[in-house]
Amino acid sequence: MAQIFHHSSNTFARMTLYGAIFFVAFIGWAGYTLDRSHWATRQHVPREQPIPFSHAHHVGGEGFDCRYCHTSVENSSFAGLPATEICMNCHSQIWRTSPTLEPVRESYRTGQSISWTRVHDLPDYVYFNHSIHVAKGVGCESCHGRVDRMPLMQQENSLQMEWCLNCHRHPERYVRPKEFITQMGYVPAGDQEEIGKRLVQEYHIQDARTLTSCSTCHR
Amino acid sequence: MPSEENHQEKKLDLAAARKRLEATTGREYWSSLDDLASTPEFLDLLGREFPRQAIGWSEDESPVEGRRNFLKLMGASLALGGLAACTRQPTEHITPYVKQPEELIPGRPLFYATSMTLSGVAHGVLAESHEGRPTKIEGNPEHPGSLGAADARMQASVLDLYDPDRLRNVFYQGEIRSWGDFYTMLREVLAERAGEQGAGIHILTETVTSPTLADQLQKVQKLYPAVKWHQWEPAGAHSARAGAAQAFGQPVNTYYDLAAANVIVSLDADFLAQGPGALRYARQFSARRRVRGDQTAMNRLYVVEPLPTPTGSKADHRIPLRAGEVEEFAWALATALGVVNGPKSGENGVIYQSVGPIARDLQAHTGACLVIAGEYQPPIVHALAHAMNASLGNAGKTVFYTDPIEANPADQLASLMDLVSALDAGSVDLLLILGGNPAFNAPVELGMRDRLRKARIRAHLSSIADETSEVCQWQLPETHFLETWGDARAFDGTVSLQQPLIEPLYQSRSVLQVVNMLTDSPLLSPYDLVKGYWAAQHKGADFEQWWRRSVHDGVIAQTALPTKTPVVRGDALGSPAAPRPLGGNLEVIFRPDPAVYDGRFANNGWLQEWPKPITKLSWDNAVIMSPADAKRFDAVPVDSLDYGMTGVPMLELTYQGRTLRAPVFVQPGHANGAVTLHLGYGRTAAGKIGTGQGFNPYGLRTAKALWHDTGLEVKKTSGTYYLAVGQNQHVLDTRRHIYRSADIEEFKRNPEAPHEGAEAPPRDLTLYPEFSYNGYAWGMAIDLTACTGCGACVTACQAENNIAVVGKDQVRRGRNMQWLRVDSYYNGDPNNPRMGNQPVPCMQCENAPCELVCPVQATTHSAEGLNDMVYNRCVGTRYCSNNCPYKVRRFNFYLFQDWETPTLKLVRNPDVSVRSRGVMEKCTYCVQRINAAKIDAERADRKVREGDIQTACQATCPTEAIIFGDINDPNSRVAKMKAEKLNYAMLADLNTRPRTTYLASLRNPNPELEA
Repeated sequence: MAQIFHHSSNTFARMTLYGAIFFVAFIGWAGYTLDRSHWATRQHVPREQPIPFSHAHHVGGEGFDCRYCHTSVENSSFAGLPATEICMNCHSQIWRTSPTLEPVRESYRTGQSISWTRVHDLPDYVYFNHSIHVAKGVGCESCHGRVDRMPLMQQENSLQMEWCLNCHRHPERYVRPKEFITQMGYVPAGDQEEIGKRLVQEYHIQDARTLTSCSTCHR
Repeated sequence: MPSEENHQEKKLDLAAARKRLEATTGREYWSSLDDLASTPEFLDLLGREFPRQAIGWSEDESPVEGRRNFLKLMGASLALGGLAACTRQPTEHITPYVKQPEELIPGRPLFYATSMTLSGVAHGVLAESHEGRPTKIEGNPEHPGSLGAADARMQASVLDLYDPDRLRNVFYQGEIRSWGDFYTMLREVLAERAGEQGAGIHILTETVTSPTLADQLQKVQKLYPAVKWHQWEPAGAHSARAGAAQAFGQPVNTYYDLAAANVIVSLDADFLAQGPGALRYARQFSARRRVRGDQTAMNRLYVVEPLPTPTGSKADHRIPLRAGEVEEFAWALATALGVVNGPKSGENGVIYQSVGPIARDLQAHTGACLVIAGEYQPPIVHALAHAMNASLGNAGKTVFYTDPIEANPADQLASLMDLVSALDAGSVDLLLILGGNPAFNAPVELGMRDRLRKARIRAHLSSIADETSEVCQWQLPETHFLETWGDARAFDGTVSLQQPLIEPLYQSRSVLQVVNMLTDSPLLSPYDLVKGYWAAQHKGADFEQWWRRSVHDGVIAQTALPTKTPVVRGDALGSPAAPRPLGGNLEVIFRPDPAVYDGRFANNGWLQEWPKPITKLSWDNAVIMSPADAKRFDAVPVDSLDYGMTGVPMLELTYQGRTLRAPVFVQPGHANGAVTLHLGYGRTAAGKIGTGQGFNPYGLRTAKALWHDTGLEVKKTSGTYYLAVGQNQHVLDTRRHIYRSADIEEFKRNPEAPHEGAEAPPRDLTLYPEFSYNGYAWGMAIDLTACTGCGACVTACQAENNIAVVGKDQVRRGRNMQWLRVDSYYNGDPNNPRMGNQPVPCMQCENAPCELVCPVQATTHSAEGLNDMVYNRCVGTRYCSNNCPYKVRRFNFYLFQDWETPTLKLVRNPDVSVRSRGVMEKCTYCVQRINAAKIDAERADRKVREGDIQTACQATCPTEAIIFGDINDPNSRVAKMKAEKLNYAMLADLNTRPRTTYLASLRNPNPELEA
């Protein structure tokens, strides 16, 4: 009886068996890498907007406080996106004929909202509240980065849960005095850990066990 | 699954039930007849997470069997479960306001006072608005009829607003038209008829209490004196109106003050759950039963009624009587009180044995007692109640009389008959049906559906194209109460304003606008109509300020009608009619359904799926009868266990030559010799949800007997029907002292009495170190003495927590998603048991069995003692649910949420995740409300204060039975309740240390009747 398989089949069989381990490992690695890639998180990817609004110009150049436009950041979960009216406070006076700003004027004329592309978009099962973070000394910059240097808005951090937990586990490493909440380029006057520990006490920031309870963010 | 043949042998064994009853100590409760009989099937069910049939695949499913299928499913789940996480967030957009309203902060809800009207009577509500869309109803604390509570219908009313089946356009014979076309037609007819003063024009409304609408209608009648205004309300207070007329010679409105009543007799009145003042009465009633510390005084309630109601379940003495026998009871009681000279004995000995002690009890509390006649009892019962209250000195103390709250307190049946004769005479040129559904709910012998066609032009204003719309050429879309301005009177006449929260979603208009079209005034907006009317009424220069105040409060201050003291006429009562014997037949009783009322809520999924009080039946009505009658007609369910899967026999009911086929439902405590039929089901044009559900008792209901009559023939037929009943799902072992109760005297002697036989392990019986809760420790206490089982909490929870409606087929399998259930318990004789209601949310155990078994840590313990449920982690193993001794976890077997229908997206609470298939969920103690309150408190740098957090169930509870708070704060209400002797934990012997505990139920029976 003739042999069905050539002798080299043994090699192929072995390669396949050992290869399978590498293949599975590769799939795992690829998934892991993809999940954390900037492609998936959209970190550092400037997003196209209906109007090329520049935070660099308004915050960095003109020195606007964040709260001029993001009016509800201290009172609500949602920081608030400026109503067209707020844009028109200035732009009914300056750059009145700029073609770039035509969508703003059109919105004001027609009463149709401007549809901005969301840059910081948490999954729907995450309930983030701006007001409490601001009240407890988490600066805008801590999450949003140096927006005063961003011509087009982009996401500074991954916004993945691991990143959130960094601070929920060790708030003392990130908090700052409330008077510097909206300041860009804040540098702690001394050792951050030391200042942070003092602020955690002063602001009655809850302990890590409470802050990392699932229902703090998920409900 | 048991095979078909087996079912026939498993008839309910009442003998076995009796045996167990004899063996019990008297404190033991049972949850159903199966439980009482301890059938093997029931014992099997006790050990199950879900009923057996829940573990299945498709419509006619059998459990998934075989290793291959199992592996296939596991593999697919694993692969899909893992892959589902590998998605990139889809791009989302933000559309800010162009001009942001001043008072609005995006992300924070606003609350507005408004009113919901049912049968003409206003119920005050606060509607929660998220960026302009109403999502949730709460009671209005400023409103005398609500006091901050809301019932299930009020809670569910917000879903009606977003009902995708709503009528969206004006239709004329099936073609879309405009309101302008309708107006043109209307003016043409008016012009034609102006010469005859509007003769031939008829308006049909439901009960009207709205002062503005009444004014509009008056204007129309002034302009065209021959225009006829008819009223028909199928479940209206016809008898109460007639009864008052009989007793006092004038129509009056009656209301009560239960806070001042020590002894209450209910003559078939479900005053704690149904009717205009129910929320207020429930609050007052339960406040008088709250035994705390040294305060051990309780009021006493006697109830005679056919079908167990929430009121009956709270009775210290409940006598099941046929609806027709209540009249005899009223005569007997009045005789015992010396009010009339009626018979002192009769065929039904129970009546005459009990009236003596009851009368003595009443007489011992003159001026502080109360006799309440049921809305659906005949006029004479009302007249007798008025006479008894007068003789007991209760008028002006516990019972109050005012002028009628209705704009026109006419006899509605006569009013409908007028319309019928006009129709028959062919003299109706234009019939405007403003609300209501007469083609469906008028007395059957009138054949309204066909008769309406005799009117030349017919127009129907309604929110859904229903049975009446079908026979009308003009179908006019009606606005929802959250879309338009209006007003109406509450139970005591207080004018409640109705304020819109949203522009009409469709081309709809309100009844005010339509009537306005008939007047000679220009077409005004509903706002101008209502405000204009009140501007004319208000005396004083500060109208704007006064108006703003009234709109803010939702009520116009000091508009409760002045009380008066009518005198019972000497000859008012006459003499008792001879009792009508049953003659081998049964008595038929018609009642509005606890959920869908007269049928108007039939298309509301939340109400359809809501387990009705006591019966726990959902999605259907049925022929409700006592166990003894069921046996007599051989209608004991084929296999009474788990109605859903095994079916119940169909009965053929024949009354006055008309027949109705409907399934049987055996209810312990129902009066023998009578069957109760709930109206409102069997709709043929209610919308996608309501059409075809249940059976239509209007098909038997005649003008002669709107509420009950003898002469019903019952025959068992061959058919089988499947009901969705919650009572035999998620069952707990009643032998383990789940529901505890005691009599007040017994409790005073021995405060441990309610806990007799129950045991709890010592707190240190654990290997784990004690966890210390240093901050807040959330907990709940539920007072079983206060709970009436009205079920408002279930709907409130459904609305607050985005809970899906699963449909009848899934409810049958025990897959209903409501996080909170209210279990009914019974004690003693199945023909007249004591009843108990027990709301069961998640217990939030400190030693939670569910947490230990989750392989992916999707359910974990929070630092404040909550069992957190993390939907995005859950992979659906259901181990947690399997390990939950309280059976409070709910699993999304399918994609139950509607992710497609645009309008239904609007009703969702944005603060709660919308769950998808394959995910476990359960009560969270409304963690979104806890977090919101905590964030607000911490921003103000303070602790959360008592009252900052109210869970949805607590907020809506009419009796304040549910109290939530921080048990670490010894001054909190919940901590104080937990310190009471009555406090107990369910299944404490498992050492789960539940955060939800109960206060055992107390009763105050009359020692004279106990013997």
